[in-house]
This record gives sequence, structure tokens and C-alpha cells, in this order.
Amino acid sequence: MKRKLLNVEKLVVTFKTDQGVFKAVDSVSFSVNKGEILGMVGESGCGKSVTAMSILRLIPLPAGAIENGRIIFNEKNLLDLNIKEMRKIRGNAISMIFQEPGAALSPLHRIGHQMVEALLLHKKTDKKNAWRLAEEWLTKAGIPDAKEKMFAYPYQLSGGMQQRVMIAMALITKPELIIADEPTTALDVTIQLQIFELLRDIRRSGTSILLITHDMGVIWEMCDRVLVMYASKIVEEGSAGDIFSSPAHPYTRGLLKSIPKLQVDSKRLQAISGQVPSPFDYPKGCNFYDRCPHAFDRCKNEVPKQHVLENNHKAACFIAEKLVSTNL
Amino acid sequence: MNILEVIDLKTWFPIKRGILSKTTGHIRAVDGVSLKIKKGEVLGLVGESGCGKTTLGRTILGLENAREGKALFFGKDLFAMTRHEKKKIRKRLQIIFQDPLSSLNPGMNIIDIITEGLVQFGMLEKDKISHAIKLLHEVGLDKNALYRYPHEFSGGQRQRINIARAVSLRPDFIVCDEPVSALDVSVQAQIINLFLDLKEKYSLSYLFISHDLSVVSSITNKVAVMYLGKIVEYGPVEAVISNPGHPYTQALIDAVPVPGIHKKRIKILKGEAPSPSDPPSGCRFHTRCPETKKICREQEPAEVISGERRVWCHLYKG
Repeated sequence: MKRKLLNVEKLVVTFKTDQGVFKAVDSVSFSVNKGEILGMVGESGCGKSVTAMSILRLIPLPAGAIENGRIIFNEKNLLDLNIKEMRKIRGNAISMIFQEPGAALSPLHRIGHQMVEALLLHKKTDKKNAWRLAEEWLTKAGIPDAKEKMFAYPYQLSGGMQQRVMIAMALITKPELIIADEPTTALDVTIQLQIFELLRDIRRSGTSILLITHDMGVIWEMCDRVLVMYASKIVEEGSAGDIFSSPAHPYTRGLLKSIPKLQVDSKRLQAISGQVPSPFDYPKGCNFYDRCPHAFDRCKNEVPKQHVLENNHKAACFIAEKLVSTNL
Repeated sequence: MNILEVIDLKTWFPIKRGILSKTTGHIRAVDGVSLKIKKGEVLGLVGESGCGKTTLGRTILGLENAREGKALFFGKDLFAMTRHEKKKIRKRLQIIFQDPLSSLNPGMNIIDIITEGLVQFGMLEKDKISHAIKLLHEVGLDKNALYRYPHEFSGGQRQRINIARAVSLRPDFIVCDEPVSALDVSVQAQIINLFLDLKEKYSLSYLFISHDLSVVSSITNKVAVMYLGKIVEYGPVEAVISNPGHPYTQALIDAVPVPGIHKKRIKILKGEAPSPSDPPSGCRFHTRCPETKKICREQEPAEVISGERRVWCHLYKG
């Protein structure tokens, strides 16, 4: 029985804009187990990054608001904590890695300084020890000549190196959970492989990872379980094996069919028609109605609930049971 | 007849240091590249950041200055053309950029954007509106788009507008610089299909630049792999992907995650590409190559030709 590290329950996040208020995350529930890599996949605007930022309460106020839900971590609801208590968790028990490492690292401070700061904020130790630990973690993160790199500024490092620094900074406090938001999107594919290895090492040492990406290839390589998000909702959830071999939701199925694969015979791609609805214009029933090849009347008016299939595989579709056993 | 022939092209960027901006070195972005594209062909140019693929595309279009070499378009040297000749060429040689938004003038509405080129070349039909609607339909947009502005559209739609504009002049050749990289996955497929459809309809040829080998394999018939300013492998895309000749091509293929297939990667490429201002001696890839031999460190590999394939590697026997 896997131990649940994080439990998100019915999370609702809205944003106020000039055009009105919209729901970026609509009643999202999921858990992250200890020692697993959970993938959250979806395209622009599906709500995956907002969900991740909500866990660490990094949603910009006052425009953004967590309207509803609970985020249970180590038996405490993070949404109930005050600023001081939340700060003790951020960068400590729960760390985050962002997509653009250059933007997340301070351009004005040397790497060593930033690493030491990250550690001293949470652990009681002296500067000398912190410096030594920082060097150790840079080396563990695969940075050659860590001793010298401690004195470098972020701009002196390549994208891949900067990402390693960010990972080292996230690890130095030995977090229980790392939230990685598109950690390899800005990196070359050969460097991406190196970062994958690093993330796998992290998982082996017991840290869980919530891996957010739009790239199904990354999900395939890295994740034990997968959440598929579309237009503010989780539409499918299951083990990576189930999601890839027997996808049940039409969106997941469409996504898998439309990905350009390294193919030897040039075939036209099977694209999903249409586009993601505007969050101000979400339909009455299923958000995927306009683009779904299987849509029927009920879908137009009723929001489908999660249908539970085998092995903790769930899909929010009225015909999930039929689709799960149909070949792509 | 070759639509495009690039001969020994070099584009170097000076590195200037000090108060007097003295040139202390060069970034050798494109360092001796030759290639040919025939009518109806789509050549994929693939490589990672800093390999020079974008600079190569931009140099061909005259957006960067070549240091050495030629680019022949239908046999005429693009770099030796008069302003008048260059203007005429623009009708036949078009470009689509990576960022769909910055390619569109935010102050112009769509009908003006897509007919601007037609007006320039006297190709606009008497009925401007119906001509514009025809162009929009070709790329899957409808007449509602005519009087709207770029900021009102999604990334995929904006890219369609860029494509409509490029194709409006019925060019022979389009340089596509990472045209789908900024788009969502499900939209990528739509745009890739659009490229394929238009190619068939108008007998277009493309130079398709991308870092994504999977995208390239969906759309091109030939592929050239670039590393640190040079082409390391060239050939029909199916042959190169199923049987790569160069270790770097092999590494790129290995690195691509393929959903459904568990890849056993025995050798993961270590380190990163060196700086193009100081390329390694001999074969530029030798610092990361899992199969490096003594000769690789000392001599630049010569081209090994095997049918339609070319590989620049000492260890490739054909």
C-alpha cells in the first residue's frame, strides 16, 4: 500500500481579468505517493502549472484566488498555513524546479551564494559547512568543476548547467517532494536525457516528483503514473502503462495519435480538429465536446464524472469503458 | 534543376571586446556548409541549439551576411544580386518564422497582412476581399478573420496567417524556421498537415529547420544533420533515421522518447556542445563521441559518399 505524500482535494483556482473571472483549475483531485514520479500532462491553458503553483501557494494575488479545496501534506492542509509556516515548507520539504532556469536564478548573485542561501534559510548550520554541502550537491547534479562553478554567475552557464544548478538548489534541503514544471522543455534533447538520469536518481533516493509537461515523450520516459488535463479539468488518470496502451479519454487518444513520431514512412498526422475553448467560453457539458469524434447529445449538456476502470485507471467520459478496450 | 544550391557557406559573427570594440575572435555559426535542394523536395535541417541551422536559413535569405561561399537560387547567386533583382526574388523565396506573433504587424488587420505582398507584386485580384477569403480558406481560416488583428488569434491561427501570407505569392521555395516549435502538440499536427497539403497543391519546396527530429521525419524527404556549424550527415530521411551513419545522428535518434518503446540507452552523450567560437580540432564531435579514435582528434573527416547518403565521419565505411 503506497503512502500518500500529498493529497489534493477538489482544488478550484480562479483568476480575475479585464474580461471577467475564469476558472483555471476546476475541482482537481489527485495524490502523489511516496517515491513516485507523477506526471501531469496537458497543453497551454489546461491548468497544470496553476495547479502546481497552488500547492506552494505561489498563485499571484489578488488576481488569482484559491476558491476551494484542500491540499494535504504530512497531515496538514497547506491552504490553512500562515505565511511563516508556508515559508518553512517552500524550498524545504517541497521544492520547485522551473522551466526557464535562467529566469529562476538571480542574475546578480554567484551560484555558491544562491545555493548557500537556499540551505541556510531552512537548516541550522554554519556558512563553511553550507558551502561544502553546496559544492557536493553541484557535483551530484552533474556539474563538472563544482569548486570553480560556485563562483560563477548564472549567465556564464549554459541552459543545461543552469537547470542542474536549480536541481541542486532544490535538492540541497532534501525535500520529500519536488515539483518540476517543464524542467527539460528549454533544453536540447541530448541534454534532456542527462536531466532524466538525474531525476531518476532523485527518485531512487526516495524523493517524489510531480512532473509537469506538455510532452508525452517525457511522460513516457519518466513517469509511473499520469494525470491528463484539459481545459481546467483532469480528464484521465492512470499508470503510464495504461495511459499509453489503453487510453480511455478521447482527448488522450487524440493527443497520442497526433504526436509526430520518429517515423520511417511519411504519413499524414491524425490531428485533433478545432482548438481548446476559451476559459470564458467553457461549454455546458464536457469541455472536449466541440473537438470530440465520439461526441453525442449527453456530452453537450452534462459534465461527465470520472469513470473508474481497472487498476486505478479513471477517465471522465461517458463511453470510457468502451474506448479503453478499443485500439487507437 | 536545383532550386537552391549552397556552396561552402560560412557565416561568422565577430566577438568584440574592450572599449574600442576590438574583434578578438569569431563565433563560427556556419562554418563551411554545402547543400542542394531540388524542385519538390523538402530538406530538413536538424540539430541542437547553437549548431547554426537558423543562421544558415537566415544567411540564405540575406538576413545575415555570409563571410564566404555562395547561395544559388535557380542558378543565380543570391549574394551577388542587385537590389532590383533581390526584390523580384522575394516573390519566389519566402520565409516562415518560429514565433507566429512577432512575425505579424500588430497594427495591421489580417486582410491587409495577407494581401500586402500581392499588392507589392501586382498580383492582387480586382476583388480584394474575395481574393483574401480564398487565401484564408487555403489555410483553414474563415472570413471572420479578415478584419481582426493578430493579438486576437491563438498561436496556431497566427501561424496559419503567416503561411497564408507566404503562400499568397505562389513562391517556389519557403524557408521554414522552426515553424511549429512554439505551438501546442495537438496544433503542431494540424500545421504539419497544412504544410504537406500546400506542398502538394503548389509544388512547393521547403528548407525545414527544426531541432525536433520527429517533426522533421513527418514532413521531409531528405535530412541534413548539423553540429557546431557543419553538416555531419545527409541523406533520405528514412535511411538516415533507420540506419544513421554518424554517431551524433545516432545520439539524437536515441535521445528522442518514443511513447510505447522502452529504449535501452547504453551510451548517453556526456557534456555539452563546445562553443562555436572555439571548435575542437579535427572532428568537432570528437569531444563527446563515444567512438573517438586518434584520427578524430587530429583530422577533420572528409565526406564519405554512399549512394544518396553523405556522412562526415572517419569511422563510416558506407
